[in-house]
Amino acid sequence: MNHDASTPEALAARPRRPAWAVHGERALEAVVRLAGVSAIVFVAAIFFFVLREAAPVLVKDDFSLLQFLFSTEWYPTSASHVRYGTLALTVGTLSVTALAMLIAVPFGLGAAVYLSEFCAPRLRETLKITIELLSAIPSVVWGFIGLTVMSRVIVSVTGAPVGVNVLNGGIILALMSVPVIVSIGEDALKAVPDSYREAGLALGATRWQLVYRVLLPAARNGLLAAVLLGVGRAVGETMAVLMATGHAVHIPGSLLDSVRTLTANIAAELGEAPAGSDHYRVLFLTGTLLFLITFAINLAADLVVRGIRRR
Amino acid sequence: MSAGFVKTIEVQELRLAYDSTEVIHGITFDVYKNEILAVIGPAQSGKSSMLRCLNRTIDFTASARWSGSVRVDGEDVRRTRDVFALRRKIGMVAPLPVGLPLTIYDNVAFAPRCSGLTRRADLDPIVERCLRQAALWDEVKDRLASLGTALSGGQQQRLTIARALSHQPEILCLDEFSIAIDPVTTMRIEDALKELRREMTIVLVTNLTQQARRLSDRTLFLWEGEVVELDRTEVIFSEAARSQRTRDYVNGVFG
Amino acid sequence: MALAPAPATSRFARTPHVVRKERAQAVAKAVFAVMAAAMVVPLVLIVTYLVVRAWPALGPEFILDVPRRGMTDGGIWPAFVGTLYLVGLSLLVSTPIGVLAAIYLNEYARDSWFTRVVNLAVINLAGVPSIVHALFGLGAFVYAARLGYSILSAALTLAIMTLPVIIASTREALASVPMAFREACWNVGATRWQTIRAVVLPNSISGILTGVILQVSRAAGETAPVMFTGAVFFKAVERGRLFPYGLKDQCMALSMHLYTLATQVPNVKESLPYATAVVLLGSVLLVNATAIALRVLLRARKRW
Repeated sequence: MNHDASTPEALAARPRRPAWAVHGERALEAVVRLAGVSAIVFVAAIFFFVLREAAPVLVKDDFSLLQFLFSTEWYPTSASHVRYGTLALTVGTLSVTALAMLIAVPFGLGAAVYLSEFCAPRLRETLKITIELLSAIPSVVWGFIGLTVMSRVIVSVTGAPVGVNVLNGGIILALMSVPVIVSIGEDALKAVPDSYREAGLALGATRWQLVYRVLLPAARNGLLAAVLLGVGRAVGETMAVLMATGHAVHIPGSLLDSVRTLTANIAAELGEAPAGSDHYRVLFLTGTLLFLITFAINLAADLVVRGIRRR
Repeated sequence: MSAGFVKTIEVQELRLAYDSTEVIHGITFDVYKNEILAVIGPAQSGKSSMLRCLNRTIDFTASARWSGSVRVDGEDVRRTRDVFALRRKIGMVAPLPVGLPLTIYDNVAFAPRCSGLTRRADLDPIVERCLRQAALWDEVKDRLASLGTALSGGQQQRLTIARALSHQPEILCLDEFSIAIDPVTTMRIEDALKELRREMTIVLVTNLTQQARRLSDRTLFLWEGEVVELDRTEVIFSEAARSQRTRDYVNGVFG
Repeated sequence: MALAPAPATSRFARTPHVVRKERAQAVAKAVFAVMAAAMVVPLVLIVTYLVVRAWPALGPEFILDVPRRGMTDGGIWPAFVGTLYLVGLSLLVSTPIGVLAAIYLNEYARDSWFTRVVNLAVINLAGVPSIVHALFGLGAFVYAARLGYSILSAALTLAIMTLPVIIASTREALASVPMAFREACWNVGATRWQTIRAVVLPNSISGILTGVILQVSRAAGETAPVMFTGAVFFKAVERGRLFPYGLKDQCMALSMHLYTLATQVPNVKESLPYATAVVLLGSVLLVNATAIALRVLLRARKRW
């Protein structure tokens, strides 16, 4: 059977895709590309619209950006002397986040090591599912837990007059950040090639020595990224800290002092600030500040992760 | 012996680089219609990359840059209006057997469906013909609705050949088709190729020099991205080969 | 050549050094296990405490009934149905955009500086604090787009919030389809979209679905983004009515209702906020557990 597929008759007889299918695919491709670009559009839009509401206050004569960033005096509703200093709020954010990381990082990395290196497979699946469920708990529920359960525990254990404070917020944030650190940390450890483990075991190392001397250094970048993302989550958290840290806008003197974070402050005062007023615009400015802070943290985490891939 | 002396593929000064590493350093050769051309050479000679330039699937490798001219039936592949039609003109069989995660029927009907055929009445004869030509029909004719990925390696490779035949290619390229399959299947495919050469041109990249000797009319010996020798197979495999390197390679002095 | 004399102790004897090594390992293992348990145990205790406190109020009536007596008593129906509205609407918007964007990133985009910027944008979008999403929703949807305080504004705000994670999980699902399948399709002259439709999408649907389901619980649980764009303190709604809201209306939301009961309503019956928390938590965990079960089930039915 000798059929020549390139004669004009044969070519004409070849099936062809209907024109609507060809054009339809081209249109679909355009839509897909548009959707792909949308992420950039939305990030830019968030920054734009938040800044837009804040911008008018920046050009006002009686507003000082330096005072906004570095003064601890936050009196937006004062009748005589309005001041917008966010430093106390920033310190509030930092203190709660720092405490949370102090708790979450060792526990989170420890759990990640356990899951990755020491755990039996059945138990690992169960624990991983538990962690996934833990990370699904809404922040308002965590805030409620802080307000009710944790507050009571803190009061009874430490005898403090009020249970909503830095300690409360720190513990709640730690519980919220641990799942992020564990799952990304475990990914980082799993990404270390098995050949490292085999080589170590062949040299007579125990599992623990393997972890301490070989795996943790090898997974260093991924673990750092995990911590950074945990920090990002803690800094950006709103409802949980709103309910768990109290209402005092001041630099905390001890763990048992109430504070307020940047995020919680916006949530607490936005409802009362009349639209278009200076107070309202300063709150949006705080939002812009938050956006830039978390942007920087995420950028750092991404660069750290990129450092791994280049290797 | 080549059926005629019509050139169907003309490659001139083809150069290919991945990022900054050049892997093909300006090769020139022709393929004649209805012949079986074997391309032999050790690993990393650029044989697979060269094939991918023929049907422009090299486009999917972001780091690849190539220059030179490749003409199929006189048409420059780079300037073709419809690259998908080009890929349908050239059938490609990869080294590792791949059964698509569709039914066996859908595996073979995939390409005709992409071209616009939808009716079972049109597709059934195509599916049967291609599976027969690939020497797979008897084994799967009763289970066309089962999953293509559930077949054995040798069967999946024949399924790949059936897929490659389903769009009526004029040129069939096989890239080391036998490395992952058993010798019995290899033999059956080689018999099938001998039948298929009557309808199409076959370019057979292989690292099995004896396979080249069994099947091909002419043999092209590539070494580290350069053409060492191109001649009739009986010449390449004899003392009459012009290059000492050719004689060494076919005699297994280096591999 | 004479064989070397056998050593006094066997090569595998447990020398003091070995014993010390093993003990250190056992200690380390125990420490790490405790750390892992430290996540799980407090959670179990907390949830138990919540359920115990919520017990008097829990029951089907609690969900179906409306808040009564100035919200100090009654049920949560308007909030429950409001959350359903918000979640449904927001996922209706974010799922198609997210899936298409992921298809672009995984199937069409080449490695270039532009793609890297898009990737960065997705990561940053995922890290935006929820209050900033609220501010964005306020500035963009409530004011600039003149949608006002409404379910629509709130749902769109939630959509932008859930978008990046849907993109990420869809990408993961798409990337799990081996490259060899795509190459086999391209070799027979299929276009990118034909390949995606025939091989890539059908085999990633399960992963995409689980990703979307997981965002259901996230959208249901967020408070700040809806608090300032369309959810309100109280809305009068008929008990058990399925479609009480219009798109331009404001609504109650379960997450915000919990916040309200916990902080804004004096003299509320004690079990009420606990019961709200339990319902919210329970719904979220149920949805997530379903997604996980789905993932496990579908992983077993893999086609290659």
